[in-house]
Amino acid sequence: MGTFLAPVFEPGFFDSSAVNVALVVGAVVAMVSAPVGVFTVIRGQSFAGHAFSDVSTTGGSGAFLVGVNPIWGFVVMGLAATSAMEMIGVQRARSRDVATGIVLGGALGLSALFLYLDATSSSTTGASITVLFGSIFVIDHSTAVITALCALAVLATIVPIYRMLLLSSLDSDIAASRGVPVRLVGVCYLAATSLAVALSAITIGAILSTALLIGPAATALRLTRRPGAAIVTAGLVGIGATWLGILLAYDSFYWPPAGRGWPVSFFVVVLIFVFYLISGAHRPRRRPEPMTPGVPGGV
Amino acid sequence: MNLTEPPVPNEPAIAPEPAEPRARVVAGADVAPASPRLASEEVLAVKDVTVRFGGREVLNGVTFTLRSGEVTGLIGPNGSGKTTLLRVILGLQATASGSVALAGGARDRRHPVIGYVPQKFLLDPDLPLRARDVVALGLDGHRIGVPLPSKQRERRVDEVLLAVGAESVARSRVGTLSGGEQQRVLIAHAIISRPKLLLLDEPLANLDIGSAHEVVSLLATVAREFDIAVFISAHEMNTLLPVMDRVVYIANGSAVSGTTDEVIRGEVLSALYGQHVDVVRLHGRVLVLPVTGVTAGGSTHDVNVLPEAN
Ligand SMILES: Nc1ncnc2c1ncn2[C@@H]1O[C@H](COP(=O)(O)OP(=O)(O)O)[C@@H](O)[C@H]1O
Ligand SMILES: [Mg+2]
Repeated sequence: MGTFLAPVFEPGFFDSSAVNVALVVGAVVAMVSAPVGVFTVIRGQSFAGHAFSDVSTTGGSGAFLVGVNPIWGFVVMGLAATSAMEMIGVQRARSRDVATGIVLGGALGLSALFLYLDATSSSTTGASITVLFGSIFVIDHSTAVITALCALAVLATIVPIYRMLLLSSLDSDIAASRGVPVRLVGVCYLAATSLAVALSAITIGAILSTALLIGPAATALRLTRRPGAAIVTAGLVGIGATWLGILLAYDSFYWPPAGRGWPVSFFVVVLIFVFYLISGAHRPRRRPEPMTPGVPGGV
Repeated sequence: MNLTEPPVPNEPAIAPEPAEPRARVVAGADVAPASPRLASEEVLAVKDVTVRFGGREVLNGVTFTLRSGEVTGLIGPNGSGKTTLLRVILGLQATASGSVALAGGARDRRHPVIGYVPQKFLLDPDLPLRARDVVALGLDGHRIGVPLPSKQRERRVDEVLLAVGAESVARSRVGTLSGGEQQRVLIAHAIISRPKLLLLDEPLANLDIGSAHEVVSLLATVAREFDIAVFISAHEMNTLLPVMDRVVYIANGSAVSGTTDEVIRGEVLSALYGQHVDVVRLHGRVLVLPVTGVTAGGSTHDVNVLPEAN
């Protein structure tokens, strides 16, 4: 097995602690992005998801400027943007895109300033690259711990509201008439999204984090008919793309131009895109053959 | 219909669901809950409800009651306030004055007394929910946490899908179903928690005439067998005529209610519309015609409602 796969796994792949940390953190982030991403696609809130990636850029570059771990920037700005979007009116379908667009515009303006200041300040060389394209091979201990805590926070937010989110996605009036606090559920979902995007910003970078959120979920929704199955599939797609991406990026140190290595985020995003295209070949049957009633299924 | 009375009372996992709202609603009533056909009881009393949107009165002193086991039509032209009235009953729309009383007292959020099928409900084909998942959400979609596998719940879903004639599409994505099939699934979703009241907002609007008749007779069966008060809004009443026990006719913000024969009469509707209208009965159909609307060759399909311009 080992010798057979030698050409795939370049020397030292599994010995490198940086690689091991990257594999674990990458898997955690992909797993957490799956449920959030599936709801993002179901709710048609991809635009809001994307806005968070721009907001993360702002937060990360701002954090570098004041000299703290960029993950704090990703998280704090994401949650701030959640409140801003909620206050401007992200809940009403009609003003949702406007609220998102306003927040996105403001965030982009600030990140332009921060990235400029980062780039021109000699003490933070490389900050822009780290923020924009991630830093999965240089994750320090404290970042790994914060990542794990944020991942738990996302799950602790999504799991309790899982059914209420599904019902609200079906119809918000039905949900409201059943006593679901639709607005609160929406805010919790947005906060979870901002955290998931912050986590992706660490692995594949702020500007590409939407890809990890939306791509695996969209792929899974093409392959499955049930929300639970969609989330599991999205998780597997995300982990697969992340792990393969890490492997290819590691191997690419031996590719031309020698000794440079290609960015992980490039591989991850390309792989997600490829998975999405392949999934297009298999659409769920529009109508299965008539079934005998009484077949147990489960959500 | 294979669901009759409080189902499977010996199954602890789901027994509280059907039993409680029913017990709550009939509390004090002198009817044995196990009798197959309960005596009709008042389920909803709407009294003097007035709703304003920015100073404009959309509903003005609307008063009526709904009874269990009966089908009531909420008839009125487009923009007359049917959706608004249903949202008032659901507690989603604030009123300027008036009261909405549900049998058994206050709305209980955890044991819904009302099932609801909203207007123009066409689901996204990409929604990752099978028909049976949608129905299951009617049982526990308002709960906290993720659903755990439950044989009883699956069986309950199967029973209700069978009852509405949607068992053959149970495992299809709900958004890929036809309009009529989606209505059946949504009706199953609305009645699986055994509400006392079922509200449907223009459920026939997007259906061809054949599916519309099927859905209407299904709703009549649901009302009788499950002893639910079924309230159906429509801008066209003829499809509902065969099953409608009572009608609430709404126009110009006001409503009159009663049996079809009491309400669908020239002088009653003329007073409601504030202009002379003729009610013509023709081959079992009812046509409500404004004087100016009587033109040779006029379509009989939609002339039973006054043009909005008036
Ligand atoms: N949220 C709202 N704000 C302002 N006006 C509204 C609102 N909802 C409904 N209306 C108005 O109230 C009237 C009744 O609407 P609706 O209840 O939807 O009528 P119907 O369902 O009978 O077609 C319409 O004139 C509509 O424009
Ligand atoms: Mg309406």
